[in-house]
Amino acid sequence: MEYAVFAVAAIIVLAGAFGVVVSRNPVHAALSLVATLFGVAVLFVAQEAHFLAAVQVIVYAGAIVVLFLFVIMLLGVDRADDLDTEPLIGQRPAAVLAGLALGGALVAVVVTSTVTGAPRSGAEDSAGADNVTQIGRLLFTEHLFAFEATSVLLVIAVVGAVVLARRRRIEEIDREEPVTDLGRDDGSAGDADEPVEEHA
Amino acid sequence: MLLNQFLLLGAVLFSVGVYGVIARRNGVAVLMSIELILNAVNINLIAFSAMDGAIAGQVFALFVIAIAAAEVGVGLAIVLVIYRNRRSIDLDEVDLMRG
Repeated sequence: MEYAVFAVAAIIVLAGAFGVVVSRNPVHAALSLVATLFGVAVLFVAQEAHFLAAVQVIVYAGAIVVLFLFVIMLLGVDRADDLDTEPLIGQRPAAVLAGLALGGALVAVVVTSTVTGAPRSGAEDSAGADNVTQIGRLLFTEHLFAFEATSVLLVIAVVGAVVLARRRRIEEIDREEPVTDLGRDDGSAGDADEPVEEHA
Repeated sequence: MLLNQFLLLGAVLFSVGVYGVIARRNGVAVLMSIELILNAVNINLIAFSAMDGAIAGQVFALFVIAIAAAEVGVGLAIVLVIYRNRRSIDLDEVDLMRG
Protein backbone atom coordinates (compact mmCIF):
# COMPACT_ATOMS: atom_id res chain seq x y z
CA MET A 1 0.00 0.00 0.00
CA GLU A 2 2.77 2.40 0.91
CA TYR A 3 4.63 1.55 -2.26
CA ALA A 4 1.51 2.03 -4.35
CA VAL A 5 0.99 5.50 -2.90
CA PHE A 6 4.64 6.34 -3.42
CA ALA A 7 4.61 5.06 -7.01
CA VAL A 8 1.55 7.06 -7.99
CA ALA A 9 2.81 10.22 -6.29
CA ALA A 10 6.28 9.84 -7.78
CA ILE A 11 4.87 9.43 -11.27
CA ILE A 12 2.78 12.58 -10.81
CA VAL A 13 5.78 14.50 -9.44
CA LEU A 14 8.12 13.49 -12.24
CA ALA A 15 5.56 14.01 -15.00
CA GLY A 16 4.86 17.48 -13.65
CA ALA A 17 8.56 18.24 -13.39
CA PHE A 18 9.22 17.25 -16.99
CA GLY A 19 6.18 19.26 -17.98
CA VAL A 20 7.66 22.34 -16.30
CA VAL A 21 10.95 21.90 -18.08
CA VAL A 22 9.80 21.07 -21.62
CA SER A 23 6.47 22.80 -22.20
CA ARG A 24 6.56 25.75 -24.57
CA ASN A 25 3.56 27.54 -23.16
CA PRO A 26 4.35 29.12 -19.77
CA VAL A 27 0.78 28.51 -18.58
CA HIS A 28 1.17 24.79 -19.22
CA ALA A 29 4.45 24.89 -17.29
CA ALA A 30 2.69 26.54 -14.35
CA LEU A 31 -0.07 23.94 -14.35
CA SER A 32 2.52 21.15 -14.49
CA LEU A 33 4.14 22.79 -11.48
CA VAL A 34 0.80 22.47 -9.67
CA ALA A 35 0.81 18.72 -10.42
CA THR A 36 4.32 18.40 -9.02
CA LEU A 37 3.45 20.32 -5.87
CA PHE A 38 0.34 18.22 -5.25
CA GLY A 39 2.37 15.05 -5.72
CA VAL A 40 4.89 16.27 -3.16
CA ALA A 41 2.00 17.05 -0.80
CA VAL A 42 0.78 13.46 -1.20
CA LEU A 43 4.27 12.26 -0.30
CA PHE A 44 4.17 14.45 2.81
CA VAL A 45 0.84 12.95 3.87
CA ALA A 46 2.22 9.45 3.28
CA GLN A 47 5.02 10.25 5.72
CA GLU A 48 2.66 11.69 8.29
CA ALA A 49 3.82 15.28 7.90
CA HIS A 50 0.25 16.48 7.80
CA PHE A 51 0.86 20.11 8.66
CA LEU A 52 3.49 20.48 5.96
CA ALA A 53 1.19 18.88 3.42
CA ALA A 54 -1.42 21.52 4.18
CA VAL A 55 1.19 24.28 4.01
CA GLN A 56 2.46 22.87 0.72
CA VAL A 57 -0.98 22.99 -0.87
CA ILE A 58 -1.93 26.38 0.55
CA VAL A 59 1.33 28.28 0.11
CA TYR A 60 2.78 26.62 -2.98
CA ALA A 61 -0.19 25.50 -5.04
CA GLY A 62 -2.34 28.32 -3.74
CA ALA A 63 -0.21 31.42 -3.47
CA ILE A 64 3.01 30.89 -5.41
CA VAL A 65 1.49 29.33 -8.53
CA VAL A 66 -1.17 32.05 -8.64
CA LEU A 67 1.65 34.60 -8.46
CA PHE A 68 3.37 32.85 -11.38
CA LEU A 69 0.15 32.86 -13.37
CA PHE A 70 -0.41 36.54 -12.63
CA VAL A 71 3.00 37.45 -13.99
CA ILE A 72 2.58 35.16 -17.02
CA MET A 73 -0.75 36.75 -17.85
CA LEU A 74 0.67 40.22 -17.27
CA LEU A 75 3.55 39.63 -19.66
CA GLY A 76 1.36 38.01 -22.32
CA VAL A 77 0.50 34.36 -22.76
CA ASP A 78 1.07 34.26 -26.49
CA ARG A 79 4.83 34.57 -26.34
CA ALA A 80 5.63 30.87 -26.41
CA ASP A 81 9.16 29.88 -25.59
CA ASP A 82 11.11 28.91 -28.67
CA LEU A 83 12.68 25.60 -27.76
CA ASP A 84 14.08 24.78 -31.19
CA THR A 85 16.66 27.48 -31.59
CA GLU A 86 19.83 27.08 -29.64
CA PRO A 87 19.83 29.60 -26.76
CA LEU A 88 23.47 30.35 -26.14
CA ILE A 89 26.02 28.27 -27.95
CA GLY A 90 26.22 24.90 -26.29
CA GLN A 91 23.92 25.84 -23.46
CA ARG A 92 21.38 23.08 -23.97
CA PRO A 93 23.93 20.24 -24.28
CA ALA A 94 25.62 21.67 -21.21
CA ALA A 95 22.28 21.62 -19.42
CA VAL A 96 21.64 18.00 -20.40
CA LEU A 97 25.16 17.07 -19.34
CA ALA A 98 24.87 18.87 -16.01
CA GLY A 99 21.47 17.35 -15.30
CA LEU A 100 22.54 13.81 -16.18
CA ALA A 101 25.85 14.05 -14.33
CA LEU A 102 24.25 15.48 -11.22
CA GLY A 103 21.39 13.00 -11.31
CA GLY A 104 23.74 10.09 -11.90
CA ALA A 105 26.03 11.17 -9.09
CA LEU A 106 23.17 11.60 -6.62
CA VAL A 107 21.61 8.28 -7.60
CA ALA A 108 25.00 6.60 -7.26
CA VAL A 109 25.45 8.05 -3.78
CA VAL A 110 22.05 6.80 -2.71
CA VAL A 111 22.49 3.37 -4.26
CA THR A 112 25.97 2.71 -2.92
CA SER A 113 25.15 3.76 0.63
CA THR A 114 21.92 2.10 1.53
CA VAL A 115 19.88 3.96 4.09
CA THR A 116 17.01 1.83 5.20
CA GLY A 117 14.91 1.40 8.24
CA ALA A 118 11.40 1.47 9.51
CA PRO A 119 9.94 4.90 10.08
CA ARG A 120 10.01 5.78 13.71
CA SER A 121 7.79 8.80 13.85
CA GLY A 122 4.10 8.30 14.20
CA ALA A 123 1.68 11.13 14.11
CA GLU A 124 2.17 11.40 17.86
CA ASP A 125 5.30 11.47 19.93
CA SER A 126 5.70 9.86 23.33
CA ALA A 127 3.95 12.73 25.08
CA GLY A 128 0.92 12.27 22.88
CA ALA A 129 1.26 15.60 21.07
CA ASP A 130 0.19 15.60 17.44
CA ASN A 131 2.10 16.82 14.43
CA VAL A 132 1.10 20.48 14.55
CA THR A 133 1.75 20.74 18.28
CA GLN A 134 5.20 19.29 17.92
CA ILE A 135 6.12 21.61 15.05
CA GLY A 136 4.77 24.64 16.87
CA ARG A 137 6.59 23.81 20.08
CA LEU A 138 9.88 23.29 18.28
CA LEU A 139 9.38 26.37 16.11
CA PHE A 140 8.75 28.75 18.99
CA THR A 141 11.33 27.40 21.39
CA GLU A 142 14.38 25.91 19.78
CA HIS A 143 14.20 27.62 16.41
CA LEU A 144 12.83 30.94 17.59
CA PHE A 145 15.77 32.95 16.28
CA ALA A 146 15.47 31.40 12.82
CA PHE A 147 11.75 32.06 12.93
CA GLU A 148 12.27 35.76 13.69
CA ALA A 149 15.00 36.02 11.05
CA THR A 150 12.61 34.51 8.50
CA SER A 151 9.95 37.06 9.39
CA VAL A 152 12.46 39.89 8.91
CA LEU A 153 13.47 38.36 5.57
CA LEU A 154 9.85 38.19 4.45
CA VAL A 155 9.36 41.86 5.28
CA ILE A 156 12.50 42.74 3.33
CA ALA A 157 11.28 40.65 0.38
CA VAL A 158 7.88 42.37 0.38
CA VAL A 159 9.45 45.83 0.49
CA GLY A 160 11.94 44.88 -2.20
CA ALA A 161 9.26 43.48 -4.48
CA VAL A 162 7.17 46.63 -4.09
CA VAL A 163 10.14 48.90 -4.76
CA LEU A 164 11.19 46.87 -7.81
CA ALA A 165 7.75 46.64 -9.35
CA ARG A 166 6.82 50.24 -8.65
CA ARG A 167 6.53 52.34 -11.77
CA ARG A 168 8.52 55.54 -11.52
CA ARG A 169 6.61 58.61 -12.45
CA ILE A 170 9.19 60.21 -14.75
CA GLU A 171 9.61 57.09 -16.82
CA GLU A 172 5.91 56.62 -17.14
CA ILE A 173 5.72 59.14 -19.95
CA ASP A 174 8.25 57.23 -22.04
CA ARG A 175 6.46 53.97 -21.60
CA GLU A 176 3.30 54.98 -23.42
CA GLU A 177 4.25 53.28 -26.61
CA PRO A 178 1.79 51.95 -29.17
CA VAL A 179 0.49 48.48 -28.45
CA THR A 180 1.63 47.15 -31.81
CA ASP A 181 5.15 47.64 -30.61
CA LEU A 182 4.73 44.73 -28.19
CA GLY A 183 4.50 42.10 -30.89
CA ARG A 184 7.75 43.11 -32.48
CA ASP A 185 10.07 41.07 -30.34
CA ASP A 186 9.57 37.43 -31.19
CA GLY A 187 12.24 36.23 -28.81
CA SER A 188 14.86 35.51 -31.45
CA ALA A 189 18.35 35.91 -30.13
CA GLY A 190 19.55 37.98 -33.07
CA ASP A 191 18.26 41.41 -32.05
CA ALA A 192 19.69 41.26 -28.57
CA ASP A 193 20.91 44.82 -28.39
CA GLU A 194 17.98 46.53 -30.05
CA PRO A 195 15.82 47.35 -27.03
CA VAL A 196 18.79 48.81 -25.18
CA GLU A 197 19.46 51.42 -27.76
CA GLU A 198 15.84 52.32 -27.91
CA HIS A 199 15.64 53.26 -24.25
CA ALA A 200 19.14 54.54 -23.77
CA MET B 1 9.61 1.24 4.44
CA LEU B 2 12.80 2.11 2.71
CA LEU B 3 14.21 5.59 2.62
CA ASN B 4 16.01 5.13 -0.67
CA GLN B 5 13.03 5.67 -2.90
CA PHE B 6 12.46 9.16 -1.54
CA LEU B 7 16.11 10.06 -1.92
CA LEU B 8 16.13 8.78 -5.50
CA LEU B 9 13.00 10.73 -6.32
CA GLY B 10 14.55 13.82 -4.77
CA ALA B 11 17.74 13.34 -6.79
CA VAL B 12 15.86 13.01 -10.08
CA LEU B 13 13.63 16.00 -9.29
CA PHE B 14 16.68 18.07 -8.37
CA SER B 15 18.42 17.17 -11.65
CA VAL B 16 15.34 18.01 -13.71
CA GLY B 17 15.24 21.37 -11.95
CA VAL B 18 18.91 22.03 -12.67
CA TYR B 19 18.35 21.21 -16.34
CA GLY B 20 15.44 23.66 -16.40
CA VAL B 21 17.44 26.44 -14.78
CA ILE B 22 20.23 26.11 -17.34
CA ALA B 23 18.25 25.36 -20.49
CA ARG B 24 15.17 27.56 -20.26
CA ARG B 25 15.33 31.10 -21.55
CA ASN B 26 12.01 32.29 -20.20
CA GLY B 27 12.64 34.03 -16.89
CA VAL B 28 9.41 32.76 -15.33
CA ALA B 29 10.23 29.18 -16.36
CA VAL B 30 13.64 29.47 -14.70
CA LEU B 31 11.95 30.52 -11.45
CA MET B 32 9.60 27.53 -11.74
CA SER B 33 12.60 25.21 -12.16
CA ILE B 34 14.07 26.68 -8.97
CA GLU B 35 10.84 25.70 -7.25
CA LEU B 36 11.43 22.12 -8.44
CA ILE B 37 14.87 22.15 -6.83
CA LEU B 38 13.49 23.44 -3.53
CA ASN B 39 10.79 20.77 -3.56
CA ALA B 40 13.41 18.07 -4.05
CA VAL B 41 15.14 19.38 -0.93
CA ASN B 42 11.84 19.29 0.96
CA ILE B 43 11.23 15.66 -0.05
CA ASN B 44 14.62 14.71 1.37
CA LEU B 45 14.06 16.65 4.59
CA ILE B 46 10.69 15.02 5.20
CA ALA B 47 12.02 11.56 4.37
CA PHE B 48 14.88 11.86 6.87
CA SER B 49 12.54 13.38 9.42
CA ALA B 50 10.15 10.45 9.12
CA MET B 51 12.90 7.87 9.39
CA ASP B 52 14.72 9.52 12.24
CA GLY B 53 11.67 10.45 14.23
CA ALA B 54 13.01 13.98 14.57
CA ILE B 55 10.39 16.60 13.95
CA ALA B 56 13.09 19.22 13.27
CA GLY B 57 13.23 18.16 9.64
CA GLN B 58 9.66 19.30 9.19
CA VAL B 59 10.50 22.65 10.78
CA PHE B 60 13.37 23.07 8.34
CA ALA B 61 11.06 22.23 5.43
CA LEU B 62 8.72 24.91 6.71
CA PHE B 63 11.57 27.42 6.60
CA VAL B 64 12.43 26.30 3.07
CA ILE B 65 8.84 26.97 1.98
CA ALA B 66 8.92 30.43 3.54
CA ILE B 67 12.20 31.30 1.85
CA ALA B 68 10.82 29.99 -1.45
CA ALA B 69 7.85 32.31 -1.15
CA ALA B 70 10.12 35.31 -0.55
CA GLU B 71 12.38 34.26 -3.43
CA VAL B 72 9.49 33.96 -5.85
CA GLY B 73 8.16 37.39 -4.89
CA VAL B 74 11.47 39.15 -5.47
CA GLY B 75 12.29 37.05 -8.53
CA LEU B 76 9.02 37.82 -10.28
CA ALA B 77 9.47 41.51 -9.48
CA ILE B 78 12.89 41.36 -11.14
CA VAL B 79 11.35 39.64 -14.18
CA LEU B 80 8.76 42.41 -14.36
CA VAL B 81 11.45 45.08 -14.29
CA ILE B 82 13.42 43.27 -17.02
CA TYR B 83 10.28 43.07 -19.13
CA ARG B 84 9.53 46.75 -18.57
CA ASN B 85 13.00 47.80 -19.66
CA ARG B 86 13.51 45.43 -22.58
CA ARG B 87 10.03 44.28 -23.68
CA SER B 88 11.25 40.71 -23.35
CA ILE B 89 11.86 38.19 -20.58
CA ASP B 90 14.39 36.25 -22.59
CA LEU B 91 17.24 35.84 -20.14
CA ASP B 92 19.82 35.39 -22.91
CA GLU B 93 19.30 38.98 -23.91
CA VAL B 94 20.23 40.22 -20.46
CA ASP B 95 23.94 40.36 -21.14
CA LEU B 96 24.99 43.82 -20.05
CA MET B 97 27.74 42.37 -17.87
CA ARG B 98 29.22 40.26 -20.65
CA GLY B 99 32.93 40.93 -20.86
